[in-house]
Amino acid sequence: MRIGIDVGGTNTDAVLMDGNELLAGCKFPTTPNVSDGIRAAVEAVLGTSGIDAARIRCVMIGTTHFTNAFVEGKHLVDVGVIRIALPAARGIPPLMDWPEHLLARIGTHTRMVRGGYQFDGRLNAPLDEQAVADAAHDFRNKGIRSVAITSLFSPVKSDMEQRAAEIVAGILDGPSITVSNTLGRVGLLERENAAVMNASLAELSTRVVSSFRSALLDMNIHAPFYISQNDGTLMSAAAVEKHPVLTFSSGPTNSMRGAAYLSGLKNALVADIGGTTTDIGMLTNGFPRESSLTANIGGVRTNFRMPDVLALGLGGGSLVKCAGDTVDVGPTSVGYQLTQRALIFGGETLTASDIAVAAGYAHFGATDRVSHLSRALINSAVDRIHEIIADGIDRMKVSADAVPLVLVGGGSVLVNRPIPGVSEIVIPKNADVANAIGASIAHVSGESDHIVSYDTTSRNEAIEAAKREAILNAVRAGADAGSIDVLEIEELPVAYLRGGSVRLRVKVAGSLAAAGPA
Amino acid sequence: MKLHLEDLEDLGRGAAFLGTGGGGDPYIGRMLATHAIREFGMPELIDVDSLDDDAFVCTVAMLGAPTVLAEKAACGEDADRVISLMERYHRRKIDAIVPVEIGGLNSMIPIMAGARLGLPVVDADGMGRAFPEIQMVSFNIHGVSCTPVVMLDEHLNSVVIETGTAKRAEELARVASIEMGCSVLVSLYSMSGLQLKQSAVRGTLTSALEIGRSIAAGRRTSDPVGSLVRFLNSSPHYGKCAEVFAGKVVDLRRETTKGFSMGHCTLEALDRSRRSMEVLFQNEHLVARENGRVKVIVPDLICMVDSESLEPAPVETLKYGQRLRVLGLRAPDILRTPAALAVLGPQAFGLSEPYQALS
Repeated sequence: MRIGIDVGGTNTDAVLMDGNELLAGCKFPTTPNVSDGIRAAVEAVLGTSGIDAARIRCVMIGTTHFTNAFVEGKHLVDVGVIRIALPAARGIPPLMDWPEHLLARIGTHTRMVRGGYQFDGRLNAPLDEQAVADAAHDFRNKGIRSVAITSLFSPVKSDMEQRAAEIVAGILDGPSITVSNTLGRVGLLERENAAVMNASLAELSTRVVSSFRSALLDMNIHAPFYISQNDGTLMSAAAVEKHPVLTFSSGPTNSMRGAAYLSGLKNALVADIGGTTTDIGMLTNGFPRESSLTANIGGVRTNFRMPDVLALGLGGGSLVKCAGDTVDVGPTSVGYQLTQRALIFGGETLTASDIAVAAGYAHFGATDRVSHLSRALINSAVDRIHEIIADGIDRMKVSADAVPLVLVGGGSVLVNRPIPGVSEIVIPKNADVANAIGASIAHVSGESDHIVSYDTTSRNEAIEAAKREAILNAVRAGADAGSIDVLEIEELPVAYLRGGSVRLRVKVAGSLAAAGPA
Repeated sequence: MKLHLEDLEDLGRGAAFLGTGGGGDPYIGRMLATHAIREFGMPELIDVDSLDDDAFVCTVAMLGAPTVLAEKAACGEDADRVISLMERYHRRKIDAIVPVEIGGLNSMIPIMAGARLGLPVVDADGMGRAFPEIQMVSFNIHGVSCTPVVMLDEHLNSVVIETGTAKRAEELARVASIEMGCSVLVSLYSMSGLQLKQSAVRGTLTSALEIGRSIAAGRRTSDPVGSLVRFLNSSPHYGKCAEVFAGKVVDLRRETTKGFSMGHCTLEALDRSRRSMEVLFQNEHLVARENGRVKVIVPDLICMVDSESLEPAPVETLKYGQRLRVLGLRAPDILRTPAALAVLGPQAFGLSEPYQALS
């Protein structure tokens, strides 16, 4: 028995799952103090199902809390930034292109020191340990406790980041340290930005994780809890405290994974229609397609792996505006105020939900409140809603072949017509809590990442050894050994090192053993 | 003509447009230039004709692999040093810096160098776009020697190449750059004011700036592509411009060989007419064929832009389903002479079709 929770900007959803079976699901408004909303939702699913809290084996939480906090610049701490790359890369200092409002929060405590490697693993310069120590002393004097460390080509060779982290840890009192190679790929500025973002959330992540923990304990749930990350796998509470940015786009990932689970489809388009936006993504073998582009989050360029999602300004709360003969829908929305401001709920604002009710294909709220709307207006607005979705679908498709479309989210009631290029529209049961279900089925991953030489070990042997290590790590993190699949094998040739050297990374994932069979 | 810090974003966008899919990410260049300008002030932008015939100019650029440039760009002092080495070699002062390549990242490096050294930057370049190799430059076509090629890494180690042909200089520089960390600052094509007047592709820095501005302004109109095409057709520096296709990416294949990415991108029309366009690219777009027939071919420019934002779409960010408008832009006349085509026309890239001007 397990609980899946999705804490979104508008709603907090919870589901109670027993193996493959959904026992109860519910939706509550997200509260400023996140744990109140969680408590309300979890108590509701336990109440409806009559299940005793002591029978819960684990809890999985998906949250956009950290993303929102960063974008809004709330609850961020000052960050000490160390870049290990001199004499290279000094033409663009750290934080150079960050928005002013974020710099006002995190400060501009930056140091560039000698060190780093070249693209092929050759030395750029030996690590200047004294300069790292000087920076740490300076940070200590300024009362800074969160530090981001980035060294040149650390995705190829990361030992200088580790060594610098040890030095800083020896000088600062209980610091929170982020090293860039755990977050990003080649692209110094973007990887450094990801590390700084992560470091800026150090205090919030500790606070949020402990409020999750106490909310669960208050309800007598003593089971371990996990938080879902961008790639649809789970992190332990301790891992989230270290790497909150890895949750940044877990929202769309969870809804897509939930859609795959609910519909039984592994290759399909998914549209998650919420109150304000529609997120469209593509499922390939049950996982979201990844984006290869640099992502801009709150005005900061980064390059960590994110699902490829197209966000459209259309949702159940989208404003419907008429100007002469043309009717437009969105992108402005009443958002979480839908149940106060929409006509069908007694408000004064014409929304997309009102249109779906007036057109007769959605059934909620007070129908008589929209009976005065003209047929022409309703038809044009329904046309426009379908146009916007059809256009988004067409952008995300990779070929002209018709593909099934799974609709999830509370706003899925907006769609009732066939969409060009879509073979069938599937609205699975419980589509409104797909996010929470996606969190509840998330897997546990394990990784192996080493530079190996194919001259001394054959390629097959090296890959097998790496797989074994990754599987062992996944099992240690809580995965059921029998359910583990290899997700990716990445080989990066490292020229100029002794013959046949490659950086070999293997990532595996399996279901959480504590969750029981899924 | 005076440049302002706020112009760099438009300049970068225009430079990416003229990069025809390649040329490296102008973002990094813009950051380098901005940092230098904040410290040293904006360099003066001058016209080719304002130079004395016996003035002495050279180019400054970055050379290397785009993925490495993303990790390790120029430092600043390397620009100072590369120019002082050039001056020491010739035993005379450099009077102005001219971009060798307006497309992409290298539109910004001369501005960084000009700012640091207090030298004017000439509103011209040697390509009018982006090309992958050192010999594919109008200066070379007009007999200006590309040597000495002065290369500098971030440790300020230098390599000076002297050889007979630009093609051989390209081969040697490529090997040296790998040993130097695959991202180096380079100065080459040092020449007199008179030589520059005879061989430059003119007005290209201001063209890039105006293209970037036109894209930004066009977004506020009902017909952004139309306004960009009209603007380019009125440009005195480029020839005819036309939108040759609108569609979405339905196939993308690429491979990296000898340091150059080779790829094929297939677009299908959105109007269900089954029309399709295949664009072949090396580092830059080389030829655009509609249903097998050549519509635009190098050195004419094939510029892909996002169908809504009109933001230029570099080849490394192309992806399935992306909606693009494809614009053809006739290259400046100086790149379309028989002598120029021999160096940078279709056959220089192994294509079998002859050059045909965009019509």
